[in-house]
Amino acid sequence: MEKKLPTIEIIEKYCKGCHICVEFCPTKVLEMKGFVASVKNLEACIKCMQCELRCPDFAIKVTA
Amino acid sequence: MSFDYDKYIRPGKLPHIWCPGCGHGIVMKGLIRAIDTLGLEKNNTAIVSGIGCASRLPGYLDFCTLHTAHGRAAAFATGVKMAKPEMNVILVGGDGDGTAIGGNHFIHACRRNIDMTYIIMNNNIYGMTGGQFSPCTPTGAKASTTVYGNPDPAFDVAKLAIGAGATFVARGTAYHATQIDKLIVEAVQHKGFSVVEILDDCPTTYGRRNKFKSVIEMMNRLKDVAVPVKAAEKMTAEQLEGKILTGVLYKEERPNYTDEYAKVIERAKK
Repeated sequence: MEKKLPTIEIIEKYCKGCHICVEFCPTKVLEMKGFVASVKNLEACIKCMQCELRCPDFAIKVTA
Repeated sequence: MSFDYDKYIRPGKLPHIWCPGCGHGIVMKGLIRAIDTLGLEKNNTAIVSGIGCASRLPGYLDFCTLHTAHGRAAAFATGVKMAKPEMNVILVGGDGDGTAIGGNHFIHACRRNIDMTYIIMNNNIYGMTGGQFSPCTPTGAKASTTVYGNPDPAFDVAKLAIGAGATFVARGTAYHATQIDKLIVEAVQHKGFSVVEILDDCPTTYGRRNKFKSVIEMMNRLKDVAVPVKAAEKMTAEQLEGKILTGVLYKEERPNYTDEYAKVIERAKK
């Protein structure tokens, strides 16, 4: 069965590049691309929502 | 499922002014989730603040909001509560705003036990004005006005609130994000003056001067120093050295000011 992938929306206008989402992601889904966060490996996402919970800038939305 | 924060944020206000990695955004998210859990009505909820980084918070929220003079959040909020006792009043502010400039208002709001909730975001420094030391700056820490280390001992906001007579006192951290909303929910439900101190990070003016290499290091420090009250009961004094208790620290039932004042009005009418 094919795994249903979540969508991770990063609002680049809000992101200030604090690295919190990248560091607290347990499966290393995110990376920094210049000053903003971006999705590197969506397949690894376990939908734990840590990035959305901890982002101080309201810049990440995870829809499972 | 993703939480819809936009429902409670004034359109066009984001991005906020806080620095990269500042925990105030995490606290704001916690407050929004708590308000959502409680089902507070926008028109029946007042969010009041003084001046400072943390006090910018009400500007982003789509509720009845008041951004007042430095340290005077408690005074203005008392006025709101007296005029409209049925209103839910939530105060937000920083450690300098709450315990230094507004220290007097803070302790007397605690003493009177007015039915409101005060969220103090303690980032150990005056961030907005350039990193001067606040009453919550730890001994030995460096600030722009204590370049050789702070000689003063720091205030314990929770103990100050308990001593002044607050009837609900809790402490959380910006690291323990899910705990923030639980504490705020309990604090708002409590009838009386509730204080929720949230330990926060200020990477720009505190972390930079105190050898924290990154925001992550500051967040992890919060994780390391926090000990839940229940776990602390089983720990020795030696193990608890340098640790900070988190969770609900104090709770009591006492007549609150709003109800007592209603009785005064009744007596005056006779």
